[in-house]
Amino acid sequence: MLACIFVSVGRFRVLFTHGFGSQEYAFFYYYSDVFLTIGLYFTLTSLYAHVFEEMAAEKSIRFGSILLLLGTALFSFAIVMQSGPRIAGRFFVEVSQNLNFVGLILTYVLWAAILKLRETRTRLIQLVLSLGIFFSLLAASFALRNLYPALHSVLQSLYPVTGCILPMTWAYAFWRFPEDARLVPARLAVVPR
Amino acid sequence: MIAAIILVCSIVFLLQFFVSYCRSLIAASSKQALSPEVRDVTGIAQSATGEDFARVMQLLRLCPESPEDRSRVQAVGAYFRLLSFVRSTAARIMPALRAWTETERSQCAYFAAVALERRIAFSRDMLAQQMDA
Repeated sequence: MLACIFVSVGRFRVLFTHGFGSQEYAFFYYYSDVFLTIGLYFTLTSLYAHVFEEMAAEKSIRFGSILLLLGTALFSFAIVMQSGPRIAGRFFVEVSQNLNFVGLILTYVLWAAILKLRETRTRLIQLVLSLGIFFSLLAASFALRNLYPALHSVLQSLYPVTGCILPMTWAYAFWRFPEDARLVPARLAVVPR
Repeated sequence: MIAAIILVCSIVFLLQFFVSYCRSLIAASSKQALSPEVRDVTGIAQSATGEDFARVMQLLRLCPESPEDRSRVQAVGAYFRLLSFVRSTAARIMPALRAWTETERSQCAYFAAVALERRIAFSRDMLAQQMDA
């Protein structure tokens, strides 16, 4: 959240100095977006560490997450290499989109693990579910933009709304649910278990 | 092709996460007992039904909003509309789905009643603060 605030201040400064249509603003926007996405990716892996803390799998999770991050970056680079010039700019956009989808898959796997391991911490469950909603919305909007470029202007107005979801739901989870609040996760599954 | 697969996957995942998230919000309030006063006002004598939801939401709109519950009332409202849509479409041919949507809708109504109770308490606190000032 702190990184998000700093990035927003930085974006505003660059916007104010160079203008909305400038190359500087475009570069700063997409570079900072990758920075925030990577931050969120590591936040997700720390949620993994919380869920699997009894298995003492923190080192394996850290190693696996770095490996997956490098793999995603290489995959994105391979795609960008095939698509022509201006590699740097496209690379960061591609990494950001792919990381969002990887994040979505990882969140889904984590949710399945929560159900399987009968994790009962309400706050943790809320954090994972809201992260899932956030990643799904982002992945869906990126996919829609690629499928229907004409929708770009409509989708652009949805990004700020999507961006508000995570801070609001996480703030609610931290504010409303104490650390020791418990919930039966089987009650939350769409398919009854 | 890849974009279409990503779109379908993300919509399916979004629905699953959204339903589970709303159920987690509802589950957190399901343990809370309603006061006789709120039972009288809402007309929920024993257990709530899906039909109570609209009435309780109308009452909820009459109370001053507390910043605490605005977004989750909106989320559960969207969940209720989704359930009503499923009930009027797919659930017509699947009786099990119909029973499930009805149970969920009644839990949404109970959630709204608990939110109403909180808003009444919030309004009373505000009034008390104004009287003190």
